[in-house]
Amino acid sequence: MSTAERLAPRDEAFDPARAKQDFPILQNTGLIFLDSAASAQKPQCVIDAIANCYSRDYANIHRGVYELSARATANFEAVRETTQLFIGAAEAREIVFVRNTTEAINLVAATYGRQNVGPGDEVLVTEMEHHSNIVPWQMLCEEKGAVLRVAPMDDRGALILDEFEKLLCPRTKIVAVAHISNALGTVNPVEEITRLAHAQGAVVVIDGAQAIPHHRVDVASLDCDFYALSSHKVFGPTGVGVLYGKAALLESMPPYQGGGSMIETVRFEKSTYAEIPQRFEAGTPDIGGVAGFGAALDYVTGLGLDAIERHERELLAYATDVLAKVPGLRLIGTAPQKAAVISFSLEGVHPHDVGSILDHEGIAVRTGHHCAQPVMEHFGVPATVRASLALYNTREDIDALVRALQTVRELFK
Amino acid sequence: MSSDLRELYQSVILDHNKHPRNFCKPKCSNRTAEGVNPLCGDQLTVYLDVEDGVVKDVGFSGTGCAISTASASLMTQTIKGMKIEEAERLFKGFREMVTADPQSDPGGKDLGKLTVFSGVREFPMRVKCATLAWHAMSEALHDTGETATTE
Ligand SMILES: Cc1ncc(COP(=O)(O)O)c(C=O)c1O
Repeated sequence: MSTAERLAPRDEAFDPARAKQDFPILQNTGLIFLDSAASAQKPQCVIDAIANCYSRDYANIHRGVYELSARATANFEAVRETTQLFIGAAEAREIVFVRNTTEAINLVAATYGRQNVGPGDEVLVTEMEHHSNIVPWQMLCEEKGAVLRVAPMDDRGALILDEFEKLLCPRTKIVAVAHISNALGTVNPVEEITRLAHAQGAVVVIDGAQAIPHHRVDVASLDCDFYALSSHKVFGPTGVGVLYGKAALLESMPPYQGGGSMIETVRFEKSTYAEIPQRFEAGTPDIGGVAGFGAALDYVTGLGLDAIERHERELLAYATDVLAKVPGLRLIGTAPQKAAVISFSLEGVHPHDVGSILDHEGIAVRTGHHCAQPVMEHFGVPATVRASLALYNTREDIDALVRALQTVRELFK
Repeated sequence: MSSDLRELYQSVILDHNKHPRNFCKPKCSNRTAEGVNPLCGDQLTVYLDVEDGVVKDVGFSGTGCAISTASASLMTQTIKGMKIEEAERLFKGFREMVTADPQSDPGGKDLGKLTVFSGVREFPMRVKCATLAWHAMSEALHDTGETATTE
């Protein structure tokens, strides 16, 4: 089957309970896993792909003349192509493999940023960013004498687009925005943001860590310049991430790290650098991890992203509805465009206590600031409880959450 | 509801969480230290008034979960009037109790009221909460001017 054929969505009814069967960790343990925004669980096919890579197809890539190495290289490069099609990139060489979203963003800051941001220039982010889409820009601005600007959100956790637009100016060199906020679930209007930013000559970096497992992403129609994502959030293994960059931009950028694989020739006087994407892939990559990542993208594609999105939208509506009826529960993040992340606080009970009690009832949620301290500050809370949904979650999971919250209230009444 | 949850959240703990004692800065205090648990956003400041090697007064401020708040509250009640060495010894005993193997005898016989925290040993993720104020107190006794952290 060709990659394109494999990626054509199946048009079957999506059944979350059946999908759950694909995830060994969710079998027989009774675990109700509501923390997929931190990292998603892995289906058997991903686990198998990693094992198969090491037991059948493993050698270092781009190096050996022997058949096994050629096969390993072909498999690795095939995942680049799968990724290209998955996010709608024009060419496979626009896909750079990195460790995770954090590294993808740091790569852009350290290469494009260092090259193009100078004293008095500005980098624009939003108030709802994950720390990994704040700190790299802060470091860049400090180094260059540039200014970090922050576009505010309203009390629902939606970006105030007017204010964002006002902050854009010809000095804005980079706009860095989350596609979906991990702390609030807000879906940002990234297409509009990109259009506005381009009108001022800024490049746009989208942190897609949370969007990829839930949303059909098409970088070509978004027209963004860079898009960052992590394999582990989309049911793939840890250790692999992707930076998408427009070919013309990647070609204009200096290397990120120096070493093997990223060079053309090395002389002690001067080395010349490889073409993209290898220029940004110094050293031996996570070969087994990339095999698993490819299997994860195939898995999601096989289920159908549109079906997954529909399921999650319905589940989010159901969860929002039943949680709103829990006395003392305050939803944090009620933007009109929302993905399957539900942050909340419970009156009179610290999130950490809620988390412990839910854990005790077999429900895994995240509590804390979710690497988004400015968001916590905006809402005047030290932390929240966050239930995040994925394709394997069901209404029964939500019902169990509501029951466990009653237990919390009983204990703390 | 299961017994170990009840064991963790005993009524004394819930009461001290709702109505923390010595939840203020004492009139005079000559040593302070802050305790932060970056994981859950807990942040406590412990104030001590130490004279002639004795904790004359003690108070705390900040925000935290029920376990860390109640632990801070009960700690302030217990160490008031103690010699520095006694307070340190108590911290050691307290830490041993909350980190003890759940199968073993919880010990802590000489910890008095503080034994309400013996249920914490069933919840290793909460040890940091239970000891946060104690770490800050110990820090304040040595007043190094650093922030105590349980990470
Ligand atoms: C919105 C967002 N951005 C960035 C990241 C960082 O991802 P990673 O830890 O995989 O680099 C995360 C994950 O927590 C995230 O949710």
